[in-house]
Amino acid sequence: MPSFVIQEKCDGCKGGDKTACMYICPNDLMVLDPTAMKAYNQEPDQCWECFSCVKICPTQAIEVRGYADFVPLGSSIMPMMGTEDVMWTCKFRNGLIKRFKFPIRTTPEGAANAYESLKGKDLESQLLSTEEADGYKMPTPKTV
Amino acid sequence: MALPNKPVGELKAVKDPEVVEKEVDILIVGGGMAACGTAFEIKKWLQPGQTVLLCDKAAMERSGAVAQGLSAINTYVGENAPEDYVRMVRNDLMGLVREDLIFDLGCHVDDSVHLFEEWGLPIWKKSAEGKNLDGKKGLAMGSLKKGAKPVRTGKWQIMINGESYKRVVAEAAKKALGTDNIIERCFIVELLLDANKPNTIAGAVGFSVRENKVYIIKCKTMMVACGGAVNIYQPRSVGEGKGRAWYPVWNAGSTYTMCMKVGAELSMMENRFTPARFKDGYGPVGAWFLLFKAKTLNGLGENFAGSDAAKKELEKYAPYGTAAITPTCLRNHLMLFEMKEGRGPIIMDTVTALATLGKTMDKKELKHLESEAWEDFLDMTCGQANLWCAQDCEPEKKNSEVMPTEPYLLGSHSGCCGLWTSGPDLSWVPDAYKIKADNGKVYNRMTTVNGLFTAGDGVGCSGHKFSSGSHAEGRIAAKQMVRYAKDHASFKPTLKQSKAELVDLVYKPVRTYLANCNYTTAENINPNYIKPNGMMYRLMKATHEYGAGTATYYMTSSKNLEIVMDLLKTMREDCTKLAAGDLHELMRAWEIEHRIWTVEAHLRHIQFRKETRYPGFYYQADYPGQDDKNWFCFVNSKFDPAKKEWSTFKKDYIKLIP
Repeated sequence: MPSFVIQEKCDGCKGGDKTACMYICPNDLMVLDPTAMKAYNQEPDQCWECFSCVKICPTQAIEVRGYADFVPLGSSIMPMMGTEDVMWTCKFRNGLIKRFKFPIRTTPEGAANAYESLKGKDLESQLLSTEEADGYKMPTPKTV
Repeated sequence: MALPNKPVGELKAVKDPEVVEKEVDILIVGGGMAACGTAFEIKKWLQPGQTVLLCDKAAMERSGAVAQGLSAINTYVGENAPEDYVRMVRNDLMGLVREDLIFDLGCHVDDSVHLFEEWGLPIWKKSAEGKNLDGKKGLAMGSLKKGAKPVRTGKWQIMINGESYKRVVAEAAKKALGTDNIIERCFIVELLLDANKPNTIAGAVGFSVRENKVYIIKCKTMMVACGGAVNIYQPRSVGEGKGRAWYPVWNAGSTYTMCMKVGAELSMMENRFTPARFKDGYGPVGAWFLLFKAKTLNGLGENFAGSDAAKKELEKYAPYGTAAITPTCLRNHLMLFEMKEGRGPIIMDTVTALATLGKTMDKKELKHLESEAWEDFLDMTCGQANLWCAQDCEPEKKNSEVMPTEPYLLGSHSGCCGLWTSGPDLSWVPDAYKIKADNGKVYNRMTTVNGLFTAGDGVGCSGHKFSSGSHAEGRIAAKQMVRYAKDHASFKPTLKQSKAELVDLVYKPVRTYLANCNYTTAENINPNYIKPNGMMYRLMKATHEYGAGTATYYMTSSKNLEIVMDLLKTMREDCTKLAAGDLHELMRAWEIEHRIWTVEAHLRHIQFRKETRYPGFYYQADYPGQDDKNWFCFVNSKFDPAKKEWSTFKKDYIKLIP
């Protein structure tokens, strides 16, 4: 299900510090044509349809169409990312539309506690830093 | 050179890239769940003056197997005993696992899950009345760490709203490590041994897929965690659908190949995973079996897995086949039997399952159930949701086909191939499972090469770690690497190769391309080189036909193996003539090199093990069935980097948990 870029909507992220889809694609597929200032998927048959580019695109210029070798035409699924939820619109070939909303995170973006000031004490023990801080005791298995 | 409508790659490669040389104490190669675990943990232990660097082929926010998200965390021990976790993994993997590694993982995995929840991953909870609450509503029940009850679909799995799982985990990892210590879009392609100290890691080389830049990085210790191997066998979809691999399509066997090439011992590389998934879309079936209690039927509408014939067949593989939970490979085995007998296709009876659940539910609850079914796909395999839409398939009205996929190699999901690593330095761990470094000390998760660690898909003989376990394992390796670097503070890594030699090694495909591309009028067809795309098809054809691919219902034989090993040898030779005109193609060139070596290790192990340990994953026709008398042991192999020779040998299995 390769991603595709809608010509009219893509502005090459010219106002941003990076081309969003190119930045995010885990398989290095999205590239910017610097002359046209439009992005495109350079290797559609290696697209994992992970929707990372669709979700990050600031102008909603990227969608996906099903793989030509087994997906009938006419359907689409489209995510709308919020800060706490994602809203999916799933359009069937026969016109039926289903919408689903799911939570994506329970904290504000950037709020993950990285325990930056936590320092481990005993480097020779098997305990991880937060386990050590919690006073966790590692069990010993009952062996044969 | 003919001018195509559009250049193949926008980022043209040049003959002489910029060279960046770095030296750090600790190098982390990879950016997935395991590497994010390492990134989170490492600075908490770092000694004064120690330095660390992480290189990811992609962007950590969406790299690795969890890039798309997940709908469940498959390993959360919770109220269970870690001993039972070992028993479950051991049975699923037909008896041969490293119980020390699995038990150790079982002791740490929950701590990672608790962190995920704290960072903002929504985890489903049970309400006081026993109803399922999603991750947002479930917040009212408190956290898992404080004793809230998760929604279990099986003994070990818990449900999450995991669309942003990787983003949340990467956020904490990047913050903890500091962005100055991270290079994204840097593909490490070869590891380097020390010039003076034998069998000791000293660094790695790689390149940027964004700029013409080669990285030469020296280090005292390193973790390689770049996932498993995908697109190594011809997939069932050979057009655009090639990308719809079940496991992430960018996992190129880099972990196994890079470590193997410097002499690290591999273990159980014969193990593979061919998951049965919804046909073509490869959407997950776990929730359908476990949460919705659906059954699979054969083409005649029979519940074949529950038949007397199936029970009889499973008895052949006792005690694994007769255990309460049938091992994954044997479930495939039963399915393949139906298909071969002409009783296919295999159908997931979603209609009956939802109707049965619906009998005890009101309208609102039914609507929620439907939403859960769709979320299972939308959280982790979006394409399967679109396939249902395109097929006008509403699961309450229309059933879907299930099919075993092409083979994958991995060590963190329901497979266990990987590197032979040290267990923890604890009294209950047998000496045979401890690897002593040059100083006589034992470092948990270190490979047989001094200073070289791995985690996640890289650690062999210990499957069923999944996302949470890989994260925890990365953290274990983090602490051990700091300890190793501290104990080797005076070690000064020295490379054998000159800067020019290393640049030539990394940029060889570019130089081959530039030297020859003007010879013909079409750049992809040239007798002086082969493009990575062509080599990929060559590998897939060989494995598909001879290496127990889907073409033969996963069957191979001694003669077939002999032929494919010969084909792989010429492929490895021809890899010296790979050509890349742009940076994306250079990445593909190195990936195919990594894939070929990994597949060779896989088939070498299958060739060595004269039995069929995993019926349903692969069959050795000359040695059908299990032979516990001779083969109830690990198979390990080692490539000698000096002699360029392989050795394959048995290693004792030691039962630890009754």
